[in-house]
Amino acid sequence: MESSLPTPNDAGAPLIVAQGVRKHYGNIHAVDGVDLDIRSGELFGLIGHNGAGKSTLFKMMLGLIPATSGDIRIGGALVAGRDFRAVRRTVGYLPENVVLYDNLTGLETLWLFAKLKGAPPAEAAPTLERVGLAHAAKRRVREYSKGMRQRLGFAQALLGKPRILFLDEPTTGLDPEAIRSFYATLRQLRSEGVTTVITSHILAEIQERVDRIAIMTAGKVQARGTVQDLREQVDLPLWFSVRVSKEDFETVRAALSHLQVEAIEAHDDHVKVRCRRDAKMAVIEALARLDGRVRDLTVREPSLEDVFFGFSD
Amino acid sequence: MEITQIATIASKEFWDRIRNRWVLAVALVFTAFALVIAYFGAAQQGTVGFRSIDLTIASLVSLVIYLIPLIALVLGFDAIVGERERGSLDLLLSMPITRLELLLGKYVGLAAALTFSTIAGFGLVAIVLSARLDLNALYHYVGFMLSSVLLGCAFLSLAVMLSVFAADRTRASGLAIATWFFFVLVFDLLLLGALVVTGGQWGGEIFPYLLLANPADVFRILNIFSLDDVRTLYGLATVFPSALANPWLLGLVMLAWIVVPLGIASWRFRT
Repeated sequence: MESSLPTPNDAGAPLIVAQGVRKHYGNIHAVDGVDLDIRSGELFGLIGHNGAGKSTLFKMMLGLIPATSGDIRIGGALVAGRDFRAVRRTVGYLPENVVLYDNLTGLETLWLFAKLKGAPPAEAAPTLERVGLAHAAKRRVREYSKGMRQRLGFAQALLGKPRILFLDEPTTGLDPEAIRSFYATLRQLRSEGVTTVITSHILAEIQERVDRIAIMTAGKVQARGTVQDLREQVDLPLWFSVRVSKEDFETVRAALSHLQVEAIEAHDDHVKVRCRRDAKMAVIEALARLDGRVRDLTVREPSLEDVFFGFSD
Repeated sequence: MEITQIATIASKEFWDRIRNRWVLAVALVFTAFALVIAYFGAAQQGTVGFRSIDLTIASLVSLVIYLIPLIALVLGFDAIVGERERGSLDLLLSMPITRLELLLGKYVGLAAALTFSTIAGFGLVAIVLSARLDLNALYHYVGFMLSSVLLGCAFLSLAVMLSVFAADRTRASGLAIATWFFFVLVFDLLLLGALVVTGGQWGGEIFPYLLLANPADVFRILNIFSLDDVRTLYGLATVFPSALANPWLLGLVMLAWIVVPLGIASWRFRT
């Protein structure tokens, strides 16, 4: 029921809850026992290889395909249950590789989907403006570039002021400028209390932008948490890049000798040091004691990509 | 069931066909063929010019029985499979709409486009012929138009059903062509063949009822039986039981040909 859907004030309360969700196609276990709780107001990333089950899970969360077992609730209501209309009016969905109708103009496209969603048609024009397509409102989608189609698809998802957004690979085909403005829009929506679930295969792009992520492989959620949580869980080594002149290489090596450093490599004008996460602060302290000899220091944390491969290998 | 959702989908489908001039093109085809038939229909007998409306309708029936099923099948064969193949089906289904509403919306919109072109196309001919139409002839002509609409809607229903079952557009188009061949060309031959092979000994009584298993035959009976000039010409009165010659009953059979394939389609499309 609509009344049972949490209001934006319930930030942090579980909004989308999946319990023991499975989708089997014969012997193929596309989704194989997924438990998730996505909290109200968060920006949640779902990552995984192609075929890991992300899109299938997405479609089950929308109630597009039934689960073999388990259930998925949004605001307490079963997504494919009797209240599916109320649930869907609170949800915006951007499918992967969105396909819209070539013969309609941008504005007509939004009118169509506004009508289907029960949103006022007057929302269409401002929504087009929000995604930067006001200038192309009266052009047919046939003439739109890939990026413009993607933005129109995003606009469609924003109709009816949804409380939840499901965005499947939303930045495909966008240029860097458009990606930036896309995430700015997401941040603004988040400040308005909108919960967003996003998939992306460009891990570098989402690692700084999501609150929490779940890593899916072979139909299962291997890990979930903030990017930092996952780094700690997977316990990958860090890399230091220490800029020193060549004659100080040995000094650095000596200063670090008593520490649990896994590798030291000498390069032209810097030394690369690999160590475990728990030795990070000790290494920084030891380097700080070398006074003026260290000209620069950069720490490379394992990226989300490293973390991802750490979990999926 | 929410009627507004059905209406939204239906109006999109209808206006798509208006905008891409599909409706105009089909209406013009109907008008042109009907005028040619009305004027030159008796050319084989060595005359040209307008004949009795009964004979004109009889000739039109022979044309429409080929043309309308083909047009309806072409119109509807990709209704669902087309959306699925292009990748726009998931987005539609993520709206607050049920699968049944989507299916009905598609059907109603396409049926409206087909009905509109049929009535506009043949209606124009009625206006041209109006000087020659008395009330009785007008009654028959309106009956012809309505039954043409029903024929179109029945084959459209079959087409939409195929579009749900087919795995892709190519297969859907193959199935549509096969359906046309079966009902329009093969079905009557099979019945005749069965009748001849059994020497008319077997199945003579159920033969007329088997004709009801083909919407194209229902359309033929519906029209030809109501025309006095033609009934004797085709020799139908002798084989067809008068109990079945009731136009309302035949209309109901046509309605069944609309409802049943749609029902099967919705059963198949439910997940």
